[in-house]
Amino acid sequence: MSTLKTLNGNQTIAEAVRQIDPDVLAAYPITPSTAIVETIAKFKADGLITGEFVCPESEHSAMSVCIGSASAGGRVMTATASQGLALMWEMLYIAAGLRLPIIAAIVNRSLSAPINIHGDHSDTMGARDAGWIQIYSENCQEAYDNFIQAFRIAEHLDVRTPTLVGLDGFIISHSMEVIQVEDDQIVKEFVGEYQPVYPLLDTSRKFTVGPIDFTDYYFEHKRNQIEGIENAPPVIEQVGKEFGEKFGRAYGFFEEYRMDDAETCIVVMSSAAGTCKDAIDELREEGKRIGLLKPRVFRPFPDKKIAEALKNMNAVAVLDRCSSPGAFGAPLFTEIRNALYDYDQRPKVVNYVYGLGGRDIRVEHFKEVAEELDKIAGTGKVEKIYSYVNLRE
Amino acid sequence: MDKETIEIRWHGRAGQGVVTAAVTLADVISKEEGLYVQAFPEFGAEKRGAPILAFNRISKKPIRSHSQVYYPDIVVVTDPSLLGMVDVTSGAKEDAIFLINTKFDIDLIRKKLSLERKKIYSLDAYTIAENELGKAIPNVPMVSALVKITGLMDLDKFKKNIEVSLGKKLRPEIVEKNMRTIDKAVEEVKEG
Repeated sequence: MSTLKTLNGNQTIAEAVRQIDPDVLAAYPITPSTAIVETIAKFKADGLITGEFVCPESEHSAMSVCIGSASAGGRVMTATASQGLALMWEMLYIAAGLRLPIIAAIVNRSLSAPINIHGDHSDTMGARDAGWIQIYSENCQEAYDNFIQAFRIAEHLDVRTPTLVGLDGFIISHSMEVIQVEDDQIVKEFVGEYQPVYPLLDTSRKFTVGPIDFTDYYFEHKRNQIEGIENAPPVIEQVGKEFGEKFGRAYGFFEEYRMDDAETCIVVMSSAAGTCKDAIDELREEGKRIGLLKPRVFRPFPDKKIAEALKNMNAVAVLDRCSSPGAFGAPLFTEIRNALYDYDQRPKVVNYVYGLGGRDIRVEHFKEVAEELDKIAGTGKVEKIYSYVNLRE
Repeated sequence: MDKETIEIRWHGRAGQGVVTAAVTLADVISKEEGLYVQAFPEFGAEKRGAPILAFNRISKKPIRSHSQVYYPDIVVVTDPSLLGMVDVTSGAKEDAIFLINTKFDIDLIRKKLSLERKKIYSLDAYTIAENELGKAIPNVPMVSALVKITGLMDLDKFKKNIEVSLGKKLRPEIVEKNMRTIDKAVEEVKEG
């Protein structure tokens, strides 16, 4: 039976870990994800999980332990944030290249310098080309639900691609909310038994993991890897649908909020999307026809689906909690604007960078963005393609 | 609870158990009243004594906002020395309630903070905690006084919950001291 509990984001991830009980959990604690690792260690000490808990000397080593354990045939996970994910960087590519369905809970946090412990998406956006599936969560409930679904998606035989689930540092990781925790047994059944492909511990078949691959076949093998993540969309869709049938909370690639008759739209991911919903309600009361599109899956990027949802808008603002210095806009913006390029009828699209280093974003800020969208929709003119929200000049 | 949503802003210092108080309040209200809750901190410099904020939202409908609380219905100040340092009145709603840990006369506070006709309650939480617990930790008396003055939930149910949850971690005599602290805070909190 499912129960209502008051848990923060880190606790919800730990709760899902306890229920799924992966074979190996390797992690090096780092703020703001520390409580996930601490709680897992406690579960292990209390005999609540049977998986091996390994706390090596760094995040680079933690991901290396994950790669070794997953190659051996285990269901494997880690949790980290910020500099921790950055330190894993070269190993992230190896996990993806070896087609190991490792799961990572990433508590999104800014990157140094200057040093800052608060929430933004610089860490996972920095890993956007590492070949991992990326799923982002609005609140504690979504963090829990996404984490459970991640195993099914990553381990699917057509996909076999490592998957990370992002939740905003402090804003979600340390925010206590009321969440629906599902029954242990039903979660276990939903995730299912893990069937590894080519486990090293199966000595009846002899093969090498990670051999050299030069100009002869590297390219073909990379192509195979790319196809793995390209195969993910129908699996993500199916798992999200099944999750809905089982637990009453269905998931897709993105959420549309009050988009039916919308003429302008704000696109924003993760915790800020919740605040944006409150802003949309207030703007709707003022008679503005505005909606929200909240991407959930960033890799693989659902380009056609998002373009279809946005093509009839007059103006769209894409908000990134990440900067891409020197680029033509931040990551989410470039994807969305690019996805709309082939449509004859398409909206004006502008980019706002917000919330770096945990800078708060509130209803008023979304209203400022909405006002700008109104101007663009009215005049058909864009004055600034990218700018900032809640930044001192 | 008359309002659909109540937002609380806590001003305290790191090490005073302010986040624990906000989390405990949300947890108990959610359990006993079946309301939606949120409790979250804003950490500054990670050192004991630094000013910190904590926030609560309590609502009859699901809570979606993840911004901090800028227009509080209730402001709790757990250390009087913050009054000259931090603008605790910032954005407070017209009908906002203030609960302040202080020995000083409420009229003095009212003048100092230009609170005019706003409702102010005071409690000398340090003295109570010092006498009952032997440590000037203001979180238990302040959260208890808050429950009493706001009627956010039934006081007896609140006490029962605290007794049970402290009982899991602390020796019976320490739990007993905490229960006396709650009674004392509830008795002494006064409106000015």
